[in-house]
Amino acid sequence: MTLNTASLPARIRADIDRFGGVLWLPVLLAVIALLLIGQPSTWATLTIAGLAMGMMIFLMASGLSLIFGLMDVLNFGHSAFVTAGAFIGATVLAWLGFWVTGGNPALNLAGLLLAIAAATIFGALAGWFFERVVIRPVYQDHLRQILITVGALIVAEELVLLIWGGAPIPVPRPAVLTGSIVFAGVSVEIYRIFAFLLGILVYVAMHLVLNRTRLGLLIRAGVENREMVEALGFRVDRLFILVFMAGSALAAMGGAMWAGYQGLITAALGSEMMILVFIVVIIGGLGSIQGSLLGAILVGLMANYVAFLVPKMALASNMLLMMAILLWRPYGLLPAVKR
Amino acid sequence: MAPILRLDDVHTNIAQYQILHGVSLDVPEGGVHVILGRNGAGKTTTLRTIMGLWKAREGSIQFRGQDITRLSTPDIARLGIAFVPENMGIFGGLTVEENMRLATHDGSFDAARLARIHAIFPAIAQFWQKPAHALSGGQKQMLAVSRAIIEKRDLILIDEPTKGLAPAIIRNMIAAFREIAAETTILLVEQNFHFAKALGQTVAVIDDGRIVHRGTMAELAGDADLQSRFLSLSLEAH
Repeated sequence: MTLNTASLPARIRADIDRFGGVLWLPVLLAVIALLLIGQPSTWATLTIAGLAMGMMIFLMASGLSLIFGLMDVLNFGHSAFVTAGAFIGATVLAWLGFWVTGGNPALNLAGLLLAIAAATIFGALAGWFFERVVIRPVYQDHLRQILITVGALIVAEELVLLIWGGAPIPVPRPAVLTGSIVFAGVSVEIYRIFAFLLGILVYVAMHLVLNRTRLGLLIRAGVENREMVEALGFRVDRLFILVFMAGSALAAMGGAMWAGYQGLITAALGSEMMILVFIVVIIGGLGSIQGSLLGAILVGLMANYVAFLVPKMALASNMLLMMAILLWRPYGLLPAVKR
Repeated sequence: MAPILRLDDVHTNIAQYQILHGVSLDVPEGGVHVILGRNGAGKTTTLRTIMGLWKAREGSIQFRGQDITRLSTPDIARLGIAFVPENMGIFGGLTVEENMRLATHDGSFDAARLARIHAIFPAIAQFWQKPAHALSGGQKQMLAVSRAIIEKRDLILIDEPTKGLAPAIIRNMIAAFREIAAETTILLVEQNFHFAKALGQTVAVIDDGRIVHRGTMAELAGDADLQSRFLSLSLEAH
């Protein structure tokens, strides 16, 4: 017979974890919101908007979380990739104006996918350059990382201003994704459904790469103990480049999606989003894709619910959410690494 | 016969502190060779310097006659040197299988070799699909050693494998290490003299970053005077 000597709180926590644990937090948040909002149709609309927003933030945050976790790099320049992705996506959409706004749904989607692909590829290439030139000289030195990445961010934003100007730029939305569908009295923007599905697709792809491939195994191991991965004969510096490129590409993809969502973009787009992105990374826990997804969904839902209930508290609510979670779990909800 | 590993006047600094002050050591091929010394004497630093995790400031390290002093850690590992660090270096978020798979060069296992490891350490087979963080301290040590031998290595560097382990597990470890040493060379850093005595063929005693004694283990084990001079211990007391 095994004697269970665990304390009552520990046993309660173990039971909660066995049934999904923190993964139920978005559901709990949604239920509380339903009670406060009262109207199911309004609640459903806000929930879907929150999930879509969460997925776009997830795209921006997941790469940063991996970069933090694996490389221990504080990249305050991450938002530059979000901004660049948004502007490149918007530019490609404008170039493909007839495809995007015409009556052929296939061409509409092809135009959008080309715009997202262009932004993503640019993000990957810019990430490679950024890692080689800006990050490489400051590994192991957090203070210099902050200084140089903030400096690089300012340079990148100035370059965006130089190329695209300071005036807000309208982003054409593909005709097939404009408008809403109404189901059981719930109005849902089609673009939000697309954003949600794209986010899910990216999450599944990342999950498969991280859990079913040798590269993913190396990345997960590297997040935990870089030195040991090297002692097993693997070049972690090459992993760093790949992860940095992937993280930057995802940020640019998120930026392109966010541009289409907003409809009007400025050079400050990335910096504005970074507050939420950092909150997601901190809430989710460093180096964890699942944590980033959970954090992003919580942030997206919270932002939408509170914007409806108490508009002035929209941003502050996510700050409060972060504080509450950090008081409860100092390393975040699902950290892959604790430092 | 030429030694498999030769350290010649190796000096190593950690930040501004000099830890190794000219370590010279020959490790013969085959068997278990032990570095003994008190805490802070430079044992771990010696292993980490061999592995390239800390770079030697002066001196040279040769493996099978090849200078590896300036090689990167992955390049040193690929020459056939495995490292089991003091903290075991287990990836807690990965399963036992994933920990083992990571130590193979192409992600596949040699079935016969794996079966042999399972026979030496049955816990590895028992917890194959469990996350490594769920293992006990002894099981983690078994995993760390298993990972080092999942493919043929020429030299295994092991840092204090008995630290914090129960006596029964230490006895199992002695049997396991004897079997492993039949096909490879082990350079073992230890503070547990009984464990070291049971396994070692040669011994080097390090103190204040210098080798102060080298010889056979039988000689040290049989000479209480040497023990008290170099290890400040009485074998009877252990």
